[in-house]
Amino acid sequence: MHLPPFETLIDAHAPELHRFLVGCVGPTEAEDCLQETFMSALRAYPRLRHGDNLRAWLYTIARHKATDAVRRMTRRPTRELDGVDPIAPPEPEPLDEAIWGVVRSLPTKQRDALVHRFVLDLAYGEIGARMGTSEEAARQNVSAGLRRLRREVAR
Amino acid sequence: MTDDLERRLTDAGVSGAALDLAHLRGTLARRAADEGILDVAYGIYDSPLGPLTVMVTARGLVRLSYPGEQISAELDELAERVSPRILEAPERTDTVRRELDEYFAGDRRAFDVPIDWRLVGGFAGDVLRATAQIPFGSVSSYRDVAAEAGSPNAYRAAGNALGSNPVPIVVPCHRVLHVGGGLGGYTGGLDRKRFLLRLEGVLPAGAGA
Repeated sequence: MHLPPFETLIDAHAPELHRFLVGCVGPTEAEDCLQETFMSALRAYPRLRHGDNLRAWLYTIARHKATDAVRRMTRRPTRELDGVDPIAPPEPEPLDEAIWGVVRSLPTKQRDALVHRFVLDLAYGEIGARMGTSEEAARQNVSAGLRRLRREVAR
Repeated sequence: MTDDLERRLTDAGVSGAALDLAHLRGTLARRAADEGILDVAYGIYDSPLGPLTVMVTARGLVRLSYPGEQISAELDELAERVSPRILEAPERTDTVRRELDEYFAGDRRAFDVPIDWRLVGGFAGDVLRATAQIPFGSVSSYRDVAAEAGSPNAYRAAGNALGSNPVPIVVPCHRVLHVGGGLGGYTGGLDRKRFLLRLEGVLPAGAGA
């Protein structure tokens, strides 16, 4: 199968990738990550050998962008002092921030598995397919993530 | 506790921030153009003949299509034959759209925008290049453009080449008629051919079929 026009990838996958990224990094960073995901994809696109499983390819890129963003955020915990007007009203954060703040601090595999399970509402087989693991491993990542999350939240 | 935690996770998913897809597409197109990795840009031009899709590359105008033609099929073809790095970026098509505006307003007799000929090759390409030389307001015949392209007897093949002209209007295949003066055919339909010939003064204004 040859490569479809890049534009169709945006239309087909941006909404879902965006939800995935909101789960991984929060709504403010998610937009940047999504843009960077598609820019990286566009740069590499003509070099792809075939158009199979473009969604999994985009997810891999998005996961890397999310991980980079989390690394940046933890390196700069006081990012509101970073040139942001402290008087400006805060951007709306529609997510349950307390709990997602903890999700973001989990090991990447557990974080991604939880986002796939609860934000994208996917079955374990599908989560495994997207993360490149078995269904069993996906199930374990979700339950390990939940266990750890429960411990952290209970603190 | 377990149920509450899972419910909070699920609720968060449902209430996830909204995505402005149009804004994302616009931003990506701009950034891609700035980086030089937007290989095919397209935009819609609202013409008197209906909305035309204008597709351009770094070389020039590669495709101009009439409404009713399958845009997605055409973009697929461009993805395969030119590059899959295709985004809607109307501002990249502004030069073509401005020249079309001037043409339809009667202020332009020849197009200056360069043409990317990659979609046509061989004899068809020769026929279309010969057709591009026919001046505003005059007409030629299938036999003559076939002769110009080097094969006077291949007028049927010339007709096929004109019928698959990827850049109608700009490469004026509407100026090619039958020897006896019959209109022949047209990709966009004969009504559009008549409209263009009236616009150029070849057919009297208000001429019917």
